[in-house]
Amino acid sequence: MGAGDPKDPRRRRLLRGGLGLGAALVAGRAAAGTGAPDPKITELQPWTSGPGVGVEANPYGLPVRFEADVVRRNVPWFSADTISAVNFTPLHALDGTLTPNGLCFERNHAGVAEIPPEDYRLMIHGLVERPLVFTLADLMRLPRESHSYFLECAANTGMEWRGPQMNGVQFTHGMIHNVNYTGVRLRHVLKAAGVKPAARWLLAEGADAAAMSRSIPLEKALDDCLIAFRMNGEALRAEQGYPVRLVVPGWEGNVWIKWLRRLKLGDQPWAQREETSKYTDLLADGTAREMSFVMEAKSVITAPAPENPITHGKGPLVISGLAWSGRGRIASVDVTLDGGVNWHAARLDGAAGPKALNRFYLEVDWDGRPLLLQSRAVDETGYVQPTKNALRKLRGLNSAYHMNGIQTWAVDADGGVSNVELG
Amino acid sequence: MSNWARLSLLATLAAAPAAAGPLGRPALPAEIAAWNIDIRPDGAGLPEGRGSVTDGEALYAEACAACHGDFGEGLGRYPALAGGQGTLKADRPTKTVGSFWPHLSTLFDYTRRAMPAYQGQSLTADQVYALTAYILNLNDLVPADFTLRRQNFTTIRLPNVAGFRPDDRATVEDPLFHQPPCREACGTRPQITARASPGLTPDAR
Ligand code: HEC
Repeated sequence: MGAGDPKDPRRRRLLRGGLGLGAALVAGRAAAGTGAPDPKITELQPWTSGPGVGVEANPYGLPVRFEADVVRRNVPWFSADTISAVNFTPLHALDGTLTPNGLCFERNHAGVAEIPPEDYRLMIHGLVERPLVFTLADLMRLPRESHSYFLECAANTGMEWRGPQMNGVQFTHGMIHNVNYTGVRLRHVLKAAGVKPAARWLLAEGADAAAMSRSIPLEKALDDCLIAFRMNGEALRAEQGYPVRLVVPGWEGNVWIKWLRRLKLGDQPWAQREETSKYTDLLADGTAREMSFVMEAKSVITAPAPENPITHGKGPLVISGLAWSGRGRIASVDVTLDGGVNWHAARLDGAAGPKALNRFYLEVDWDGRPLLLQSRAVDETGYVQPTKNALRKLRGLNSAYHMNGIQTWAVDADGGVSNVELG
Repeated sequence: MSNWARLSLLATLAAAPAAAGPLGRPALPAEIAAWNIDIRPDGAGLPEGRGSVTDGEALYAEACAACHGDFGEGLGRYPALAGGQGTLKADRPTKTVGSFWPHLSTLFDYTRRAMPAYQGQSLTADQVYALTAYILNLNDLVPADFTLRRQNFTTIRLPNVAGFRPDDRATVEDPLFHQPPCREACGTRPQITARASPGLTPDAR
C-alpha cells in the first residue's frame, strides 16, 4: 500500500479538511494544473474583503487554527499513566533550529509542578563554606547569559534498539528540543556559597513530587551549566521547570533538573534511582555503563519523513534535517539518497553554537524513483555518527538509551515515506 | 564619580559576583534538615529508625501493591520491584531491585522521595525502613523475621553491586567512530530488511 492508494491513511489525511501548510501546497498545485483561472486569485476572499480580529483578541498569541495538528503527542502504550510519562516534539512540522516553547517535549515523573515565583527557593549546602538560600529575585541579580542548547532525552530513539518501531520522526526522534536559555552560570551560585576543596560532586534536586535528583560531577557544574529562568525570551513553561531549571549543555536531558530546589555538594555521587535503575546502559555481557552523560553526535532527516511524504511529484525537492552533538559543534552532515552508496554534503544553515541543533538542507532534483534516505553527522571532534548496527554490535540490544545511530527513511515512487532498516 | 567610572565599577562587581555579597542568605539548620533527604550508598543521610518485614508487608499491601503487584511483579506497565535475577544477559532482561540495582540506599532514598507514586515524601522513616525490608524479602535477600535499621543497613549488599562500570565510551567505542567515512561508491545498494511495526504509531491528526 502506498500513498497513492485511496485506502492509505496518509492519503486520507491529506484529503481531509483543516489542512496545514504541508497539504495546502498540494491544493495549490491542483488548481494550477487545470488551466482555468484560480478562483483564489480571481474571486475576492473574505480575508481581503473584511477585517480580522483586533489586537485585544489574543493577548497571548497562539498558532493560527490551520496549524492545530502541530502538537506534542503522547504514545499511550509507553507508560502506565500520563503523570510519569513523555510526549514528543513534532519535529516534522518545524523548521529552523529553535523549538517553540509550547512544542518542547515533556518528560515528567510526577506531572507538572506549579510553583508561584514568590514561593521559589533554591538551597545550596553540603560541602560549602556558607549554606545559602536564594530567591528568584536573588538569582536575577547575578550576571546573566543567554545560550541556545539542545536537550535530548537519553531514551530518544531508544525504541529503535531492536529494529524499526515507530513510523514517524516525531516519535523516533522527538524527545529533543532546542531552546535559547537565559540564566546565570551555576558556578557563580556555587562560588557564592564557597565550594570546599573536598567537593567532587553536585546533587541537583527538583521540587516536584518525584523530587527528581541526579549527581553531576563538579567539573561539569563549574564549566558551562546554567541556572535558567527564561526560555526563548519568556519565562520557562511550567512543564520545563518554572520558575528555574538546570541547563547541562550536551548532557542527557534527565540531568537538566526542573523546578530546581536544591544543590548539595559532596565528595562522591549519590547513586540516585535515575542513575542506577534508569539511565544506565545495559550491555550484552550483563554489565551496565553508569554516568554516561554525553549525548553523542546524531542527525535525522525531518522532511521527507513518514509524516512528510513527497506530495509534489518529480522535480525540485528540499531535504531538510537536524544535526547535533553533545561534544561541541557539528562539522559537517552528509546525506545519501541510495542507502549509503553515495553521500552528498548537506548545507549547514546559519551558524549554530556548540551543543545546539543545526539545521541542514540538501536540494535535489527527484527523478521519482524510490529513495533510501539517511543523514550522517560529523562533529568537531571528528566523531562520525555510527550506524545502528555498529552500536548494536558494541552494546547488544538491551541498552535502551543513547541510540544515536543513522536513521533510514524509505521513500516510495509515490512519495510515501516509512521507517526502515537496511542490510 | 564620573558616569564612566561608575559604570566600570558596576561592571567589575558584576564580573566577580557575590564573593561574599548580599545575594542569598544563610540556610538555617532546620531548613537544611527539611530538604536534606538524600541517602548515599555508604549510609550517609540515613535517618534513625527501624522497620520489619512484617510491618512492611502490611504497609506494602495497602500503599504499593495496587501498582507494583502483591509480589512486586508489577501490574500493567508499572515497574516490577522483585524477580529477574539472572536475566541481565537474557533476550528480555527484567531489571529490578534484586536483579539490577547496585545499592540498597537507592531503594530507601527513592521510596522516601517519590513513592507511593505522586505522594512524594509522605512516608515516615520507620515506614520506609519497613517497606525497604519487605522489598528485600520479596527478592529473597532477607528472611521473613528480619528488621532493617540504620545500624545494620550498610551490611546488606545487593547482588548486582559489581555490575556497573563508569562510562567508557570515549575509550572503548569512540576510536572506532573517528575513521573518515566512505562517501562515494561505498558498496552496493542495500536492501530493506525491516520496516516499522504497523499499528504502534499514533496518527498525526
Ligand atoms: C499509583 C501507582 C503506584 C503506587 C501506589 C506505588 N508506585 Fe512505585 N512506582 C510507580 C511508578 C509509575 C513508578 C515509575 C515512576 C517513574 O519512572 O517516574 C514507580 C517506581 C517505583 C520504584 C522504582 C522501580 C524501578 O525499577 O526503578 C520503586 C522502588 C517503587 N516504585 C516503590 C514503591 C513503593 C515502596 C510503594 C508503596 C509505598 C509504591 N512504589 C507505590 C507507581 C506506583
